[in-house]
Amino acid sequence: MTDLAGKRLPTRAAPLTIGLAIRDMKGITKRNLLRIIRTPQLLFMTLVQPTIILLLFRYVLGGAIHVPGVDYVNYVVPGIFLEAVLIGGMTTALALATDLQAGMIDRFRSLPMARSAFLAGRTIADLCRAVLALVFIICLGLLVGFRFHNSFGSCLAGVALIIGFGYAFTWVYAAIGLAVKDPQTAQMTSILPMFILFFASSALVPVKTMPGWLQPFADNQPASVTINSVRALFEGGPVYHDLWQAVLWCIAIFVVFLVISLNLYRRATA
Amino acid sequence: MDAAIEVEHLSKRFGATLALDDVSLEVDSGRVLALLGPNGAGKTTLVRVLTTLLQPDSGRARVAGFDIGKDDKTIRTMIGLAGQYATVDELLTGRENLELVGLLYHLDKREYERRAQEALERMTLIGAGDKPVKTYSGGMRRRLDLAASLIGRPPILFLDEPTTGLDPRTRNDLWALIEELVAEGTTVLLTTQYMEEAEHLANRIVVMDGGHVVAEGTADELKDHLGGNVLEVRVADRNDLEKAVALIASLVSAVPRLDLDLNQISAPIKGGAKVLIAAGRALDDGGIDVEDLGIRRPSLDDVFLSLTGHTTASGGDGTPSASGPAHD
Repeated sequence: MTDLAGKRLPTRAAPLTIGLAIRDMKGITKRNLLRIIRTPQLLFMTLVQPTIILLLFRYVLGGAIHVPGVDYVNYVVPGIFLEAVLIGGMTTALALATDLQAGMIDRFRSLPMARSAFLAGRTIADLCRAVLALVFIICLGLLVGFRFHNSFGSCLAGVALIIGFGYAFTWVYAAIGLAVKDPQTAQMTSILPMFILFFASSALVPVKTMPGWLQPFADNQPASVTINSVRALFEGGPVYHDLWQAVLWCIAIFVVFLVISLNLYRRATA
Repeated sequence: MDAAIEVEHLSKRFGATLALDDVSLEVDSGRVLALLGPNGAGKTTLVRVLTTLLQPDSGRARVAGFDIGKDDKTIRTMIGLAGQYATVDELLTGRENLELVGLLYHLDKREYERRAQEALERMTLIGAGDKPVKTYSGGMRRRLDLAASLIGRPPILFLDEPTTGLDPRTRNDLWALIEELVAEGTTVLLTTQYMEEAEHLANRIVVMDGGHVVAEGTADELKDHLGGNVLEVRVADRNDLEKAVALIASLVSAVPRLDLDLNQISAPIKGGAKVLIAAGRALDDGGIDVEDLGIRRPSLDDVFLSLTGHTTASGGDGTPSASGPAHD
Protein backbone atom coordinates (compact mmCIF):
# COMPACT_ATOMS: atom_id res chain seq x y z
CA MET A 1 0.00 0.00 0.00
CA THR A 2 3.00 2.27 0.13
CA ASP A 3 2.49 3.19 -3.50
CA LEU A 4 -0.81 4.99 -2.91
CA ALA A 5 0.90 8.27 -3.63
CA GLY A 6 3.56 6.79 -5.89
CA LYS A 7 5.18 9.41 -8.04
CA ARG A 8 4.44 9.63 -11.72
CA LEU A 9 6.49 11.26 -14.40
CA PRO A 10 4.77 14.28 -15.86
CA THR A 11 3.48 13.51 -19.33
CA ARG A 12 0.84 15.36 -21.28
CA ALA A 13 -2.59 13.83 -20.69
CA ALA A 14 -4.08 11.60 -23.35
CA PRO A 15 -6.81 13.46 -25.23
CA LEU A 16 -10.35 12.87 -24.04
CA THR A 17 -12.08 10.54 -26.44
CA ILE A 18 -15.84 10.42 -27.01
CA GLY A 19 -15.79 6.99 -25.39
CA LEU A 20 -14.25 8.36 -22.19
CA ALA A 21 -16.67 11.30 -22.15
CA ILE A 22 -19.62 8.90 -22.41
CA ARG A 23 -18.15 6.76 -19.63
CA ASP A 24 -17.82 9.89 -17.44
CA MET A 25 -21.41 10.79 -18.24
CA LYS A 26 -22.63 7.32 -17.26
CA GLY A 27 -20.77 7.58 -13.95
CA ILE A 28 -22.35 10.96 -13.17
CA THR A 29 -25.80 9.73 -14.28
CA LYS A 30 -25.51 6.76 -11.95
CA ARG A 31 -24.52 9.04 -9.07
CA ASN A 32 -27.52 11.30 -9.70
CA LEU A 33 -29.95 8.39 -10.05
CA LEU A 34 -28.72 7.03 -6.71
CA ARG A 35 -29.35 10.47 -5.20
CA ILE A 36 -32.88 10.53 -6.65
CA ILE A 37 -33.64 7.04 -5.33
CA ARG A 38 -32.23 7.92 -1.90
CA THR A 39 -34.40 11.02 -1.51
CA PRO A 40 -37.84 9.44 -2.17
CA GLN A 41 -39.55 12.29 -0.32
CA LEU A 42 -38.40 14.73 -3.03
CA LEU A 43 -39.58 12.38 -5.79
CA PHE A 44 -42.88 12.01 -3.96
CA MET A 45 -43.41 15.79 -3.74
CA THR A 46 -42.87 16.20 -7.48
CA LEU A 47 -45.68 13.67 -8.01
CA VAL A 48 -48.06 15.18 -5.46
CA GLN A 49 -48.17 18.59 -7.14
CA PRO A 50 -49.46 17.47 -10.59
CA THR A 51 -51.80 15.02 -8.85
CA ILE A 52 -53.44 17.91 -7.00
CA ILE A 53 -53.68 20.01 -10.17
CA LEU A 54 -55.17 17.06 -12.05
CA LEU A 55 -57.82 16.33 -9.40
CA LEU A 56 -58.57 20.04 -8.98
CA PHE A 57 -59.28 20.62 -12.65
CA ARG A 58 -60.98 17.29 -13.20
CA TYR A 59 -63.37 17.36 -10.25
CA VAL A 60 -63.47 20.83 -8.62
CA LEU A 61 -63.17 23.39 -11.42
CA GLY A 62 -63.69 21.16 -14.47
CA GLY A 63 -67.45 21.10 -14.16
CA ALA A 64 -67.64 24.88 -14.64
CA ILE A 65 -65.36 24.96 -17.72
CA HIS A 66 -66.82 24.13 -21.11
CA VAL A 67 -64.61 23.76 -24.11
CA PRO A 68 -66.62 23.43 -27.33
CA GLY A 69 -66.22 20.20 -29.23
CA VAL A 70 -64.27 18.21 -26.64
CA ASP A 71 -64.76 16.50 -23.30
CA TYR A 72 -62.98 18.73 -20.70
CA VAL A 73 -61.09 15.80 -19.19
CA ASN A 74 -59.54 15.09 -22.59
CA TYR A 75 -58.83 18.80 -23.05
CA VAL A 76 -57.05 19.40 -19.73
CA VAL A 77 -55.16 16.18 -19.04
CA PRO A 78 -52.51 16.47 -21.81
CA GLY A 79 -51.50 19.87 -20.39
CA ILE A 80 -51.13 18.35 -16.96
CA PHE A 81 -48.89 15.63 -18.41
CA LEU A 82 -46.58 18.42 -19.53
CA GLU A 83 -46.84 20.16 -16.16
CA ALA A 84 -45.86 16.95 -14.37
CA VAL A 85 -42.66 16.86 -16.39
CA LEU A 86 -41.93 20.58 -15.92
CA ILE A 87 -42.47 20.65 -12.14
CA GLY A 88 -40.03 17.76 -11.70
CA GLY A 89 -37.47 19.73 -13.65
CA MET A 90 -37.26 22.17 -10.77
CA THR A 91 -35.23 19.56 -8.92
CA THR A 92 -32.53 20.00 -11.57
CA ALA A 93 -32.02 23.62 -10.49
CA LEU A 94 -32.15 22.59 -6.83
CA ALA A 95 -29.65 19.75 -7.30
CA LEU A 96 -27.12 21.87 -9.21
CA ALA A 97 -27.28 24.75 -6.72
CA THR A 98 -26.82 22.23 -3.91
CA ASP A 99 -23.81 20.65 -5.63
CA LEU A 100 -22.31 24.06 -6.23
CA GLN A 101 -22.74 25.19 -2.64
CA ALA A 102 -21.51 21.94 -1.13
CA GLY A 103 -18.33 21.98 -3.22
CA MET A 104 -19.16 18.90 -5.31
CA ILE A 105 -18.76 20.93 -8.49
CA ASP A 106 -15.28 22.02 -7.38
CA ARG A 107 -14.38 18.39 -6.84
CA PHE A 108 -15.62 17.35 -10.29
CA ARG A 109 -14.05 20.32 -12.05
CA SER A 110 -10.65 19.51 -10.54
CA LEU A 111 -10.79 15.96 -11.97
CA PRO A 112 -9.60 15.03 -15.47
CA MET A 113 -13.17 14.11 -16.50
CA ALA A 114 -14.95 15.56 -19.54
CA ARG A 115 -16.51 18.81 -18.38
CA SER A 116 -19.65 18.43 -20.48
CA ALA A 117 -20.26 15.02 -18.87
CA PHE A 118 -21.26 16.55 -15.56
CA LEU A 119 -24.27 18.46 -16.92
CA ALA A 120 -25.17 15.72 -19.38
CA GLY A 121 -25.22 13.21 -16.51
CA ARG A 122 -27.38 15.55 -14.46
CA THR A 123 -30.00 16.13 -17.18
CA ILE A 124 -30.15 12.48 -18.23
CA ALA A 125 -30.79 11.34 -14.65
CA ASP A 126 -33.52 14.00 -14.43
CA LEU A 127 -34.94 12.78 -17.73
CA CYS A 128 -35.30 9.30 -16.22
CA ARG A 129 -37.15 10.81 -13.29
CA ALA A 130 -39.38 12.81 -15.67
CA VAL A 131 -40.33 9.65 -17.59
CA LEU A 132 -41.25 7.99 -14.31
CA ALA A 133 -43.42 10.98 -13.34
CA LEU A 134 -45.06 10.94 -16.75
CA VAL A 135 -45.92 7.25 -16.53
CA PHE A 136 -47.45 7.87 -13.11
CA ILE A 137 -49.57 10.84 -14.21
CA ILE A 138 -50.72 9.06 -17.42
CA CYS A 139 -51.98 6.17 -15.29
CA LEU A 140 -53.74 8.63 -13.00
CA GLY A 141 -55.21 10.43 -16.04
CA LEU A 142 -56.61 7.17 -17.38
CA LEU A 143 -58.06 6.45 -13.94
CA VAL A 144 -60.02 9.72 -13.87
CA GLY A 145 -61.48 9.26 -17.33
CA PHE A 146 -58.92 10.51 -19.83
CA ARG A 147 -58.74 8.44 -23.04
CA PHE A 148 -56.35 8.29 -26.00
CA HIS A 149 -58.41 8.42 -29.23
CA ASN A 150 -55.79 8.47 -31.98
CA SER A 151 -53.59 5.73 -33.41
CA PHE A 152 -50.93 4.16 -31.17
CA GLY A 153 -48.15 5.77 -33.22
CA SER A 154 -49.62 9.28 -32.90
CA CYS A 155 -50.14 8.92 -29.16
CA LEU A 156 -46.57 7.69 -28.76
CA ALA A 157 -45.39 10.73 -30.75
CA GLY A 158 -47.36 12.94 -28.35
CA VAL A 159 -45.69 11.34 -25.33
CA ALA A 160 -42.30 11.70 -27.04
CA LEU A 161 -42.98 15.40 -27.63
CA ILE A 162 -43.77 15.93 -23.93
CA ILE A 163 -40.52 14.18 -22.99
CA GLY A 164 -38.58 16.20 -25.57
CA PHE A 165 -40.01 19.47 -24.27
CA GLY A 166 -39.27 18.41 -20.70
CA TYR A 167 -35.67 17.56 -21.54
CA ALA A 168 -35.09 20.84 -23.38
CA PHE A 169 -36.52 22.66 -20.38
CA THR A 170 -34.20 20.79 -17.99
CA TRP A 171 -31.41 22.92 -19.46
CA VAL A 172 -33.30 26.08 -18.51
CA TYR A 173 -33.41 24.80 -14.93
CA ALA A 174 -29.73 23.83 -15.12
CA ALA A 175 -28.85 27.40 -16.09
CA ILE A 176 -31.02 28.76 -13.25
CA GLY A 177 -29.38 26.46 -10.69
CA LEU A 178 -25.86 27.40 -11.77
CA ALA A 179 -26.67 31.11 -11.99
CA VAL A 180 -28.41 31.66 -8.64
CA LYS A 181 -26.08 29.28 -6.71
CA ASP A 182 -28.31 28.99 -3.66
CA PRO A 183 -30.65 25.98 -3.32
CA GLN A 184 -33.60 27.92 -1.83
CA THR A 185 -33.37 30.72 -4.39
CA ALA A 186 -32.97 28.16 -7.17
CA GLN A 187 -36.21 26.49 -6.16
CA MET A 188 -38.13 29.77 -5.92
CA THR A 189 -36.71 31.11 -9.17
CA SER A 190 -37.58 28.03 -11.17
CA ILE A 191 -41.23 28.14 -10.11
CA LEU A 192 -41.63 31.37 -12.06
CA PRO A 193 -41.09 30.24 -15.69
CA MET A 194 -43.11 27.11 -14.97
CA PHE A 195 -46.10 29.09 -13.66
CA ILE A 196 -46.05 31.66 -16.47
CA LEU A 197 -45.73 29.02 -19.19
CA PHE A 198 -48.30 26.67 -17.68
CA PHE A 199 -51.03 29.06 -16.55
CA ALA A 200 -50.77 31.60 -19.39
CA SER A 201 -51.20 28.83 -21.94
CA SER A 202 -53.83 26.73 -23.61
CA ALA A 203 -53.29 24.02 -20.96
CA LEU A 204 -56.33 24.72 -18.76
CA VAL A 205 -58.68 26.92 -20.81
CA PRO A 206 -58.83 27.95 -24.49
CA VAL A 207 -56.71 31.04 -25.21
CA LYS A 208 -59.77 32.75 -26.82
CA THR A 209 -61.33 33.17 -23.37
CA MET A 210 -58.34 35.26 -22.17
CA PRO A 211 -58.07 39.08 -22.40
CA GLY A 212 -56.93 40.39 -25.77
CA TRP A 213 -53.54 41.63 -24.61
CA LEU A 214 -52.62 38.19 -23.27
CA GLN A 215 -53.71 36.20 -26.32
CA PRO A 216 -50.71 36.80 -28.61
CA PHE A 217 -48.35 35.56 -25.89
CA ALA A 218 -50.55 32.68 -24.77
CA ASP A 219 -51.11 31.57 -28.36
CA ASN A 220 -47.49 31.41 -29.41
CA GLN A 221 -45.48 30.56 -26.31
CA PRO A 222 -43.72 27.18 -26.31
CA ALA A 223 -45.92 25.39 -23.75
CA SER A 224 -49.11 26.30 -25.67
CA VAL A 225 -47.94 25.10 -29.05
CA THR A 226 -46.57 21.94 -27.47
CA ILE A 227 -49.81 21.23 -25.60
CA ASN A 228 -51.87 21.97 -28.73
CA SER A 229 -49.87 19.49 -30.78
CA VAL A 230 -49.89 16.86 -28.02
CA ARG A 231 -53.66 17.23 -27.75
CA ALA A 232 -54.04 16.86 -31.51
CA LEU A 233 -51.76 13.82 -31.48
CA PHE A 234 -53.89 12.20 -28.75
CA GLU A 235 -57.32 13.28 -30.05
CA GLY A 236 -56.81 13.36 -33.80
CA GLY A 237 -57.21 16.45 -35.99
CA PRO A 238 -54.87 18.92 -37.71
CA VAL A 239 -51.47 18.91 -36.02
CA TYR A 240 -48.72 20.04 -38.38
CA HIS A 241 -48.71 23.79 -37.81
CA ASP A 242 -48.36 23.48 -34.03
CA LEU A 243 -46.07 20.47 -34.24
CA TRP A 244 -43.29 22.07 -36.23
CA GLN A 245 -43.48 25.16 -34.02
CA ALA A 246 -43.24 22.97 -30.91
CA VAL A 247 -40.28 21.06 -32.27
CA LEU A 248 -38.50 24.30 -33.21
CA TRP A 249 -39.12 25.68 -29.72
CA CYS A 250 -37.68 22.53 -28.15
CA ILE A 251 -34.55 22.68 -30.29
CA ALA A 252 -34.08 26.42 -29.70
CA ILE A 253 -34.53 26.17 -25.92
CA PHE A 254 -32.22 23.16 -25.78
CA VAL A 255 -29.40 24.76 -27.79
CA VAL A 256 -29.53 28.19 -26.16
CA PHE A 257 -29.64 26.92 -22.58
CA LEU A 258 -27.10 24.16 -23.24
CA VAL A 259 -24.59 26.82 -24.27
CA ILE A 260 -25.48 29.08 -21.31
CA SER A 261 -25.30 26.20 -18.81
CA LEU A 262 -21.95 24.91 -20.10
CA ASN A 263 -20.50 28.40 -19.86
CA LEU A 264 -21.80 28.86 -16.33
CA TYR A 265 -20.38 25.47 -15.35
CA ARG A 266 -16.95 26.26 -16.78
CA ARG A 267 -16.57 29.29 -14.53
CA ALA A 268 -18.68 28.04 -11.62
CA THR A 269 -17.75 29.46 -8.23
CA ALA A 270 -19.71 28.80 -5.10
CA MET B 1 15.52 19.77 -6.95
CA ASP B 2 12.86 20.82 -9.45
CA ALA B 3 9.83 22.89 -8.58
CA ALA B 4 6.45 21.12 -8.51
CA ILE B 5 4.58 24.41 -8.25
CA GLU B 6 5.80 27.79 -9.53
CA VAL B 7 3.76 30.96 -9.12
CA GLU B 8 4.90 34.25 -10.62
CA HIS B 9 3.20 37.60 -10.03
CA LEU B 10 -0.28 36.14 -9.83
CA SER B 11 -3.18 38.57 -9.37
CA LYS B 12 -6.93 38.07 -9.16
CA ARG B 13 -9.59 40.67 -8.48
CA PHE B 14 -13.22 40.13 -7.38
CA GLY B 15 -15.02 43.42 -7.81
CA ALA B 16 -13.38 45.87 -5.44
CA THR B 17 -11.35 43.22 -3.62
CA LEU B 18 -7.88 42.28 -4.76
CA ALA B 19 -7.96 38.62 -3.64
CA LEU B 20 -4.46 37.92 -4.95
CA ASP B 21 -2.02 40.77 -5.27
CA ASP B 22 1.20 39.95 -7.14
CA VAL B 23 1.75 36.61 -5.44
CA SER B 24 4.93 34.66 -6.22
CA LEU B 25 6.06 31.42 -4.63
CA GLU B 26 7.62 28.06 -5.34
CA VAL B 27 7.17 24.57 -3.93
CA ASP B 28 9.96 22.08 -4.48
CA SER B 29 9.04 18.58 -5.54
CA GLY B 30 8.35 16.31 -2.56
CA ARG B 31 8.14 19.17 -0.06
CA VAL B 32 5.31 20.69 1.98
CA LEU B 33 4.44 24.35 1.78
CA ALA B 34 1.92 25.90 4.16
CA LEU B 35 -0.01 29.00 3.19
CA LEU B 36 -0.73 30.67 6.50
CA GLY B 37 -3.21 33.47 6.95
CA PRO B 38 -6.62 34.49 8.24
CA ASN B 39 -9.92 34.24 6.31
CA GLY B 40 -9.82 36.54 3.32
CA ALA B 41 -6.03 36.39 3.00
CA GLY B 42 -6.33 34.89 -0.49
CA LYS B 43 -5.23 31.34 0.35
CA THR B 44 -8.26 29.59 -1.09
CA THR B 45 -8.24 31.82 -4.17
CA LEU B 46 -4.65 30.75 -4.82
CA VAL B 47 -5.55 27.07 -4.39
CA ARG B 48 -8.49 27.51 -6.77
CA VAL B 49 -6.21 29.02 -9.40
CA LEU B 50 -3.63 26.25 -9.01
CA THR B 51 -6.29 23.52 -9.25
CA THR B 52 -7.63 25.01 -12.54
CA LEU B 53 -10.94 26.07 -10.94
CA LEU B 54 -10.35 29.79 -11.41
CA GLN B 55 -8.59 31.82 -14.10
CA PRO B 56 -6.16 34.45 -12.78
CA ASP B 57 -6.31 38.02 -14.12
CA SER B 58 -2.55 38.23 -14.61
CA GLY B 59 0.64 36.40 -13.80
CA ARG B 60 1.84 32.89 -14.48
CA ALA B 61 1.58 29.59 -12.68
CA ARG B 62 3.02 26.18 -13.47
CA VAL B 63 1.95 22.93 -11.81
CA ALA B 64 4.04 19.80 -12.42
CA GLY B 65 5.75 21.77 -15.17
CA PHE B 66 2.53 22.57 -17.04
CA ASP B 67 1.03 26.00 -17.51
CA ILE B 68 -2.20 26.98 -15.81
CA GLY B 69 -4.62 28.17 -18.49
CA LYS B 70 -2.87 26.18 -21.25
CA ASP B 71 -2.47 22.61 -20.03
CA ASP B 72 -5.33 22.47 -17.53
CA LYS B 73 -6.42 19.02 -18.68
CA THR B 74 -2.96 17.58 -18.06
CA ILE B 75 -2.66 19.35 -14.73
CA ARG B 76 -5.95 17.78 -13.58
CA THR B 77 -4.42 14.31 -13.99
CA MET B 78 -1.52 15.33 -11.70
CA ILE B 79 -3.33 16.92 -8.78
CA GLY B 80 -5.61 15.99 -5.91
CA LEU B 81 -7.77 18.49 -4.06
CA ALA B 82 -9.22 18.07 -0.57
CA GLY B 83 -10.35 20.35 2.16
CA GLN B 84 -13.10 22.59 3.33
CA TYR B 85 -14.59 23.33 -0.09
CA ALA B 86 -13.98 20.22 -2.16
CA THR B 87 -16.27 17.61 -0.77
CA VAL B 88 -17.86 14.20 -0.91
CA ASP B 89 -21.44 13.20 -1.71
CA GLU B 90 -23.58 12.86 1.41
CA LEU B 91 -26.10 10.44 -0.10
CA LEU B 92 -23.52 8.08 -1.54
CA THR B 93 -21.57 5.57 0.54
CA GLY B 94 -17.87 6.12 1.15
CA ARG B 95 -17.04 3.41 -1.35
CA GLU B 96 -19.41 4.80 -4.02
CA ASN B 97 -17.77 8.20 -3.64
CA LEU B 98 -14.27 6.80 -4.07
CA GLU B 99 -15.23 4.59 -7.01
CA LEU B 100 -16.89 7.50 -8.79
CA VAL B 101 -13.78 9.64 -8.41
CA GLY B 102 -11.66 6.70 -9.66
CA LEU B 103 -13.90 6.31 -12.72
CA LEU B 104 -13.59 10.03 -13.44
CA TYR B 105 -9.78 9.71 -13.26
CA HIS B 106 -10.36 7.22 -16.12
CA LEU B 107 -9.12 4.16 -14.27
CA ASP B 108 -10.62 0.88 -15.36
CA LYS B 109 -13.26 -0.71 -13.16
CA ARG B 110 -11.04 -3.32 -11.53
CA GLU B 111 -8.40 -0.76 -10.72
CA TYR B 112 -10.73 1.80 -9.15
CA GLU B 113 -12.50 -0.87 -7.12
CA ARG B 114 -9.14 -2.06 -5.81
CA ARG B 115 -7.95 1.46 -5.01
CA ALA B 116 -11.21 2.37 -3.28
CA GLN B 117 -10.86 -0.71 -1.07
CA GLU B 118 -7.21 0.16 -0.34
CA ALA B 119 -8.05 3.76 0.48
CA LEU B 120 -10.89 2.76 2.83
CA GLU B 121 -8.48 0.45 4.67
CA ARG B 122 -5.80 3.05 4.88
CA MET B 123 -8.14 5.75 6.17
CA THR B 124 -9.61 3.26 8.71
CA LEU B 125 -13.03 3.66 7.13
CA ILE B 126 -13.46 0.04 6.15
CA GLY B 127 -16.32 -0.54 8.63
CA ALA B 128 -18.20 2.49 7.36
CA GLY B 129 -17.34 2.05 3.69
CA ASP B 130 -20.80 0.91 2.68
CA LYS B 131 -22.73 3.37 4.79
CA PRO B 132 -23.95 6.71 3.41
CA VAL B 133 -21.59 9.61 4.12
CA LYS B 134 -24.32 11.55 5.92
CA THR B 135 -23.91 9.11 8.82
CA TYR B 136 -20.16 9.93 9.10
CA SER B 137 -18.56 12.10 11.77
CA GLY B 138 -16.62 15.22 10.81
CA GLY B 139 -13.30 13.42 11.08
CA MET B 140 -14.47 10.48 8.97
CA ARG B 141 -15.69 12.87 6.29
CA ARG B 142 -12.31 14.60 6.13
CA ARG B 143 -10.56 11.26 5.88
CA LEU B 144 -12.86 10.19 3.05
CA ASP B 145 -12.31 13.54 1.36
CA LEU B 146 -8.55 13.01 1.61
CA ALA B 147 -8.96 9.44 0.31
CA ALA B 148 -10.95 10.73 -2.68
CA SER B 149 -8.17 13.15 -3.56
CA LEU B 150 -5.67 10.26 -3.50
CA ILE B 151 -7.54 7.78 -5.73
CA GLY B 152 -5.78 9.06 -8.85
CA ARG B 153 -2.40 8.84 -7.02
CA PRO B 154 -1.59 12.44 -7.81
CA PRO B 155 2.02 13.54 -7.29
CA ILE B 156 0.79 16.95 -6.10
CA LEU B 157 -1.82 17.41 -3.41
CA PHE B 158 -3.71 20.58 -2.46
CA LEU B 159 -5.24 20.59 1.02
CA ASP B 160 -7.44 23.56 1.74
CA GLU B 161 -7.72 23.98 5.52
CA PRO B 162 -7.66 20.21 6.00
CA THR B 163 -8.31 20.28 9.75
CA THR B 164 -10.47 23.39 10.28
CA GLY B 165 -13.25 22.55 12.71
CA LEU B 166 -11.84 19.20 13.83
CA ASP B 167 -11.20 18.24 17.45
CA PRO B 168 -7.52 17.91 18.47
CA ARG B 169 -7.43 14.10 18.39
CA THR B 170 -8.97 13.84 14.94
CA ARG B 171 -6.65 16.59 13.78
CA ASN B 172 -3.62 14.65 14.99
CA ASP B 173 -4.81 11.54 13.12
CA LEU B 174 -5.14 13.55 9.94
CA TRP B 175 -1.70 15.10 10.44
CA ALA B 176 -0.20 11.61 10.72
CA LEU B 177 -1.86 10.61 7.44
CA ILE B 178 -0.56 13.70 5.66
CA GLU B 179 2.94 13.01 7.01
CA GLU B 180 2.76 9.49 5.60
CA LEU B 181 1.88 10.82 2.16
CA VAL B 182 4.77 13.25 2.28
CA ALA B 183 7.13 10.44 3.27
CA GLU B 184 6.03 8.65 0.10
CA GLY B 185 7.09 11.59 -2.04
CA THR B 186 3.90 13.60 -2.53
CA THR B 187 4.28 17.35 -2.90
CA VAL B 188 1.77 19.13 -0.67
CA LEU B 189 0.48 22.67 -0.68
CA LEU B 190 -1.79 23.25 2.30
CA THR B 191 -3.61 26.27 3.60
CA THR B 192 -4.20 26.82 7.27
CA GLN B 193 -5.18 29.40 9.84
CA TYR B 194 -3.30 27.53 12.53
CA MET B 195 0.32 28.33 13.33
CA GLU B 196 0.68 24.97 14.99
CA GLU B 197 -0.42 23.15 11.86
CA ALA B 198 1.97 25.05 9.61
CA GLU B 199 4.82 24.44 12.03
CA HIS B 200 4.00 20.76 12.41
CA LEU B 201 3.55 19.80 8.76
CA ALA B 202 5.38 22.23 6.53
CA ASN B 203 8.99 22.58 5.42
CA ARG B 204 8.32 26.14 4.38
CA ILE B 205 5.67 28.65 5.35
CA VAL B 206 4.30 31.49 3.26
CA VAL B 207 2.43 34.05 5.32
CA MET B 208 -0.42 35.73 3.43
CA ASP B 209 -2.57 38.67 4.39
CA GLY B 210 -5.01 40.71 2.31
CA GLY B 211 -3.93 38.98 -0.91
CA HIS B 212 -0.22 39.64 -0.38
CA VAL B 213 2.65 37.40 0.56
CA VAL B 214 3.96 39.13 3.69
CA ALA B 215 6.74 36.70 4.63
CA GLU B 216 8.25 33.41 3.61
CA GLY B 217 10.63 30.98 5.25
CA THR B 218 10.95 28.05 7.61
CA ALA B 219 9.25 28.31 10.98
CA ASP B 220 12.65 29.09 12.57
CA GLU B 221 13.49 31.74 9.99
CA LEU B 222 10.18 33.43 10.60
CA LYS B 223 10.77 33.37 14.34
CA ASP B 224 14.25 34.82 13.88
CA HIS B 225 12.56 37.63 12.00
CA LEU B 226 11.46 38.88 15.40
CA GLY B 227 15.11 38.79 16.42
CA GLY B 228 14.71 37.86 20.06
CA ASN B 229 12.36 36.73 22.76
CA VAL B 230 8.96 37.58 24.07
CA LEU B 231 8.37 39.04 27.51
CA GLU B 232 5.18 37.85 29.16
CA VAL B 233 3.50 39.37 32.21
CA ARG B 234 0.30 38.23 33.88
CA VAL B 235 -1.26 40.49 36.50
CA ALA B 236 -3.56 39.38 39.30
CA ASP B 237 -5.89 42.36 39.19
CA ARG B 238 -7.47 43.38 35.94
CA ASN B 239 -7.56 47.04 37.01
CA ASP B 240 -3.75 47.06 37.02
CA LEU B 241 -3.59 46.02 33.39
CA GLU B 242 -3.54 49.50 31.89
CA LYS B 243 -0.84 50.71 34.23
CA ALA B 244 1.23 47.59 33.60
CA VAL B 245 1.00 48.03 29.82
CA ALA B 246 2.29 51.60 30.16
CA LEU B 247 5.21 50.40 32.29
CA ILE B 248 6.14 47.58 29.86
CA ALA B 249 5.78 49.89 26.86
CA SER B 250 8.41 52.20 28.33
CA LEU B 251 10.88 49.27 28.47
CA VAL B 252 10.42 47.74 25.00
CA SER B 253 10.52 49.12 21.48
CA ALA B 254 7.42 47.41 20.11
CA VAL B 255 3.79 47.90 21.14
CA PRO B 256 2.84 45.32 23.79
CA ARG B 257 0.03 42.93 22.98
CA LEU B 258 -2.84 42.49 25.38
CA ASP B 259 -4.82 39.37 26.20
CA LEU B 260 -7.84 40.50 28.20
CA ASP B 261 -9.04 36.97 28.95
CA LEU B 262 -5.81 36.01 30.66
CA ASN B 263 -4.89 39.48 32.03
CA GLN B 264 -1.68 38.97 30.10
CA ILE B 265 0.71 41.32 28.35
CA SER B 266 3.31 40.13 25.86
CA ALA B 267 5.95 42.11 24.00
CA PRO B 268 8.87 41.22 21.75
CA ILE B 269 12.19 42.14 23.33
CA LYS B 270 15.75 42.27 22.05
CA GLY B 271 17.62 41.45 25.26
CA GLY B 272 17.07 38.68 27.78
CA ALA B 273 17.39 38.58 31.56
CA LYS B 274 18.19 42.26 31.85
CA VAL B 275 14.83 43.30 30.46
CA LEU B 276 13.12 40.72 32.61
CA ILE B 277 14.72 42.13 35.78
CA ALA B 278 13.96 45.70 34.74
CA ALA B 279 10.34 44.77 34.08
CA GLY B 280 10.06 43.01 37.43
CA ARG B 281 11.46 46.02 39.27
CA ALA B 282 9.27 48.51 37.41
CA LEU B 283 6.09 46.51 38.05
CA ASP B 284 6.99 46.03 41.71
CA ASP B 285 7.75 49.75 42.15
CA GLY B 286 4.40 50.51 40.54
CA GLY B 287 2.68 48.41 43.19
CA ILE B 288 1.26 45.92 40.71
CA ASP B 289 0.45 42.41 41.89
CA VAL B 290 2.25 40.23 39.32
CA GLU B 291 1.03 36.66 39.02
CA ASP B 292 3.51 35.47 36.43
CA LEU B 293 6.53 36.94 34.69
CA GLY B 294 8.81 35.31 32.14
CA ILE B 295 10.61 35.14 28.83
CA ARG B 296 9.81 32.68 26.04
CA ARG B 297 10.77 32.01 22.43
CA PRO B 298 8.35 33.71 20.03
CA SER B 299 5.54 31.60 18.57
CA LEU B 300 4.44 31.91 14.96
CA ASP B 301 1.48 33.85 16.32
CA ASP B 302 3.87 36.54 17.53
CA VAL B 303 5.51 36.56 14.12
CA PHE B 304 2.19 36.89 12.37
CA LEU B 305 1.20 39.74 14.65
CA SER B 306 4.40 41.65 14.03
CA LEU B 307 4.11 41.10 10.26
CA THR B 308 0.48 41.98 9.76
CA GLY B 309 -0.58 43.98 12.81
CA HIS B 310 -3.21 41.45 13.80
CA THR B 311 -3.43 37.87 15.01
CA THR B 312 -4.43 34.82 13.00
CA ALA B 313 -7.35 34.08 15.29
CA SER B 314 -9.12 37.34 14.48
CA GLY B 315 -10.64 35.75 11.37
CA GLY B 316 -12.43 37.81 8.75
CA ASP B 317 -12.33 40.95 10.87
CA GLY B 318 -8.57 40.71 10.96
CA THR B 319 -8.01 42.04 7.48
CA PRO B 320 -8.34 45.80 7.76
CA SER B 321 -6.48 46.20 4.47
CA ALA B 322 -9.07 44.25 2.50
CA SER B 323 -12.16 46.16 1.45
CA GLY B 324 -15.39 44.47 0.50
CA PRO B 325 -16.44 40.89 1.09
CA ALA B 326 -13.86 38.18 1.62
CA HIS B 327 -13.72 35.77 -1.30
CA ASP B 328 -11.86 33.17 0.60
